[in-house]
Amino acid sequence: MLIFWIVAGWVGFALLPWYGVEDFWFLEWVTDGWPTDSDYAPGAFLLGQGEKPWLWPLVPALLAPLLVLQRRKTDPVFAYVLLAAGGFGFAWLVAQGLGIGIRGWTADWLTALFGPLEDRQYGMGYGALIVASAFLFLFTQGIAARGAINGDVFVTGAIGGVIAVVTIFVFFPIAKMLVAAFITEEGGYSVVLFFSKFFDARIWGLGCLTGTRCGVAWNSLFLAVLVGVLTTLLGLVFALVLTRSGFRLKRELRAITVLPIITPPFVIGLAIILLFGLSGAVTTWVADLIGVRPTRWVYGLPGILIAQLLAFTPIAFLVLIGVVEGVSPSMEEAAQTLRATRWQTFRTVSLPLMRPGLANAFLLGFIESMADFGNPLVLGGNYDVLSTEIFFAIVGAQYDQGRAAILSMVLLGFTLAAFYLQRFWLGRKSYTTVTGKGDAGVHPEMPRGLAIPVYIIAALWGTFTLIIYGMILYGSVVQLWGVDNTLTFKHYITAFEIRLEDGGIRWIGSAWDSFWTTMMIATVAAPLTAAVGLITAYLLTRQDFAGKRSFEFGTMLSFAIPGTVIGVSYILAFNVPPIEITGTGLILVISFIFRNMPVGVRAGIASMSQLDRSLDESSLTLGANSWQTFRRVILPLLRPAILAALVYSFVRAMTAISAVIFLVSARYDMATSYIIGRVENNDYGLAIAYSTTLIFVMLAAVGLLQLLVGRTQIGRRLAHEQGGG
Amino acid sequence: MATVSSKAASVVFDHVTKVYGKDVVAVNDVSLTIAPGKLVTLLGPSGCGKTTTLRMIAGLEMATKGRILIGDKDVTTLPATDRDVSMVFQSYALFPHMTVLENVSYGLKFSGFSKAETLERANAGLSLVGLDGYGGRLPSELSGGQQQRVAVARALVLEPQVLLFDEPLSNLDAKLRRHVREEIREIQQNLGLTVVYVTHDQEEALAVSDEIVVMKNAAIAQIGRPRELYDAPADTFVADFIGEANLVECQIVAVEGDMAEIEVGGIRHRLPSRGLRPGKAMLALRPSRIRVTEDEGLAAAVEKVTYVGPRMEYTFAGDFGQLFAVSDDVDAPLKVGDAIRIGLAASGPVLVPDA
Repeated sequence: MLIFWIVAGWVGFALLPWYGVEDFWFLEWVTDGWPTDSDYAPGAFLLGQGEKPWLWPLVPALLAPLLVLQRRKTDPVFAYVLLAAGGFGFAWLVAQGLGIGIRGWTADWLTALFGPLEDRQYGMGYGALIVASAFLFLFTQGIAARGAINGDVFVTGAIGGVIAVVTIFVFFPIAKMLVAAFITEEGGYSVVLFFSKFFDARIWGLGCLTGTRCGVAWNSLFLAVLVGVLTTLLGLVFALVLTRSGFRLKRELRAITVLPIITPPFVIGLAIILLFGLSGAVTTWVADLIGVRPTRWVYGLPGILIAQLLAFTPIAFLVLIGVVEGVSPSMEEAAQTLRATRWQTFRTVSLPLMRPGLANAFLLGFIESMADFGNPLVLGGNYDVLSTEIFFAIVGAQYDQGRAAILSMVLLGFTLAAFYLQRFWLGRKSYTTVTGKGDAGVHPEMPRGLAIPVYIIAALWGTFTLIIYGMILYGSVVQLWGVDNTLTFKHYITAFEIRLEDGGIRWIGSAWDSFWTTMMIATVAAPLTAAVGLITAYLLTRQDFAGKRSFEFGTMLSFAIPGTVIGVSYILAFNVPPIEITGTGLILVISFIFRNMPVGVRAGIASMSQLDRSLDESSLTLGANSWQTFRRVILPLLRPAILAALVYSFVRAMTAISAVIFLVSARYDMATSYIIGRVENNDYGLAIAYSTTLIFVMLAAVGLLQLLVGRTQIGRRLAHEQGGG
Repeated sequence: MATVSSKAASVVFDHVTKVYGKDVVAVNDVSLTIAPGKLVTLLGPSGCGKTTTLRMIAGLEMATKGRILIGDKDVTTLPATDRDVSMVFQSYALFPHMTVLENVSYGLKFSGFSKAETLERANAGLSLVGLDGYGGRLPSELSGGQQQRVAVARALVLEPQVLLFDEPLSNLDAKLRRHVREEIREIQQNLGLTVVYVTHDQEEALAVSDEIVVMKNAAIAQIGRPRELYDAPADTFVADFIGEANLVECQIVAVEGDMAEIEVGGIRHRLPSRGLRPGKAMLALRPSRIRVTEDEGLAAAVEKVTYVGPRMEYTFAGDFGQLFAVSDDVDAPLKVGDAIRIGLAASGPVLVPDA
């Protein structure tokens, strides 16, 4: 391993272009002036030509590890040299990257200290990236050689790697955004300006109490609380029907409730316009019936609320079904044998044990609603919320990064507050009811008084969901909704037309570009997300190291950060050197990885804590090292978690909009942002046709993933029947 | 045809201490030498540090202080992967996604054997434990006893310097337990392996061991051959833990040479003094060595009578407290309330220091 990273360091330094090269993988740079052209030159050649002298200190850091190659690992000099070389190299690389930018020194005090700098540098490229990784892993090998974590190179490397990427792609952008909130138009820093923008009446105004309009912060908060509470209730209703009733069509009900997850969020908003908009079916019908003019009543709070409930109830449902099923039947049976009636059992045992699920479901609904961008944009009317306001601050005529940053801080503040309130509410009580022991009981059915309203709500909401999806399908095959209802495949043809010409296929439909980009990015992002998530989960469940708690918090942080905030902070952080990746496909992939990673972590932790530690230990005593153990024993047993992480990150990459809308470029347009564009042009037919196609593509992809990952063949007997002769 | 052989080595603990967190002492200053080719049992109640000791030999826990040597090589800081030790886990820890053969070959793959040799050795291991032809099955398709044997085969084929067993029989039913423990002992004797074996079952320990290490509160209470521990316990803890001895307070009235005269419940008795001085002491009486006599001995009454099939179990009460006794005479049992006398046999009762 040591040799590998030393060689990698030198390859990165002496062969690969040091600075970012557009279309690196087309390899045009190889014939286009490399290695001497300073745009494409490796670090070593730049130094040789007398350019970029601030890279000189990297040379001794790269040379030093060569000196200890022959030494034994246990030699203190070995560890010391690696620590010093790796640590210094990495720190210097970061410092020069942050200190020197497109216009020379990036800060006035640097100019004052070192005098003006004539040279400049752009964003780092693959050369710098590989050198940085080499330094990082040399450093972690030094730590391992000092004896940390039993001298395990794989584990120290994994910890170092995860900390580095989370810092760069989660903490750094957020910090950058916080700083941006203080920057004035002239580029100075001003606290006064910050406060004047922060306490703007457009954010915190309470006009709605007196008849005018309220600030966006209150609008968002009100909406999010409403959505959080209602999605939790609806989710609970469906979970109860599925687990505590004799309902027959459970499989079908489950399918309906999960359908919205693979639907781009604002598609539901579109369907609502088709139903309740000015020329919507329901609106015109009711207006005809009672003889009034149709109105735009649905635009604003009612519309957003309905759309978000439809979109986010499945998430609450998925959280709650796990918890509702997880309440051990023997607890409920015990309560019943202690003379509690069904209703008393439900109220005193089942419901309190579901508390963590309820809290989580509310939190998710709250955060999703706060971050939701598509539905408020489509249905918001005059009801402004934070996420759309942030978008217009960046994209609109005002172009005010500071304002966007401040609004993002408010948004982040709300979600983090909700996060902590939830933890506080759950407190330290243990709600664990699933133990390793077999539990043969059966869940009791709901008490009657509860069952009737639950059935009614479930039936109504289920029907409503079906109608909405009917609308989506139907809307995609009519000429012009509400005006000309003749059936046509026109929209599909416009979007996905293919012509066979000159023995080749020409993709002339207008949607193909964004479709292939989306597929490609989702396909690249999904396995990476799963990998980062599962390795993190492995570190959190199987290894002990200093600072594990804060490590866990850091990896979960991006979950509490709304996508809109991620989008804004990525623009602010990665538009300038040292990491200059806005407008590339890479930034989309990275944003997906860090947005969806927490789900991989959670899924991994959940399944890994069910694997007995003695499995790892026996592998270790049989001579496998921790990497071999991870690959041969843990990974194969984690197939369900891998599948969950893959499916989730793939689907999210296809349907996400909130962060994506800030990060797309003309070259890398994603399906969702393309559809939003069509909606803004009132081109509903095409938008809906495209969305319907995406839904079917995702269904196919999920099926395919299931086939690829396969099932783990473990007999259940193993856990429970070790006694039999 | 490959066979399984042994590279048995000694294990030495040199003032080893293990502390968890800041102040939880799991093993306190333990020194211990295990000779090559011997089966040594670590015995003690739960929480006494025996499993921690075993895991330190395996390299799954690192000693906080002291040195550990395996075959004269200092392995104190070596992680499990790099130690030539293998372990059979209480839960067997068979990899559920691999077949029996894959499980047994697992360790061989990392030991640099060729494919053919790996297969040959794995099959040899399976036939050693009597599981020829089971290689293609999944662990879940085997019975508990068979799973146990796979776990043993998997550890054996690596021909480790030391083989460790962590309560290997606790998941088996009583009948199988005797059978498997005999098998383990047989394989150990035939191959001349160094085995360290953890258990909390004293009968199991007495049955399989060359030497037993009794542990108590993170330290060693006594080391000795089974017979030594049984016949000459070092203190009341060992006397009680091994063979459930009844402990009766007594008075040593005189010591002559290596014989002592004691008084208990008004009668006098002579037995080996074991270096004790006149004064208070404890008399350890094994339940099976208590004789009911008609005329002389300690006066007692029968308090409880239990029929357990092959023998009778009695509780006698007297001035000295309660005694637990067993008797093979199931045809004419005593009855509750019978007045009896308990005689002290010439050999059997042992003096132990008053703790």
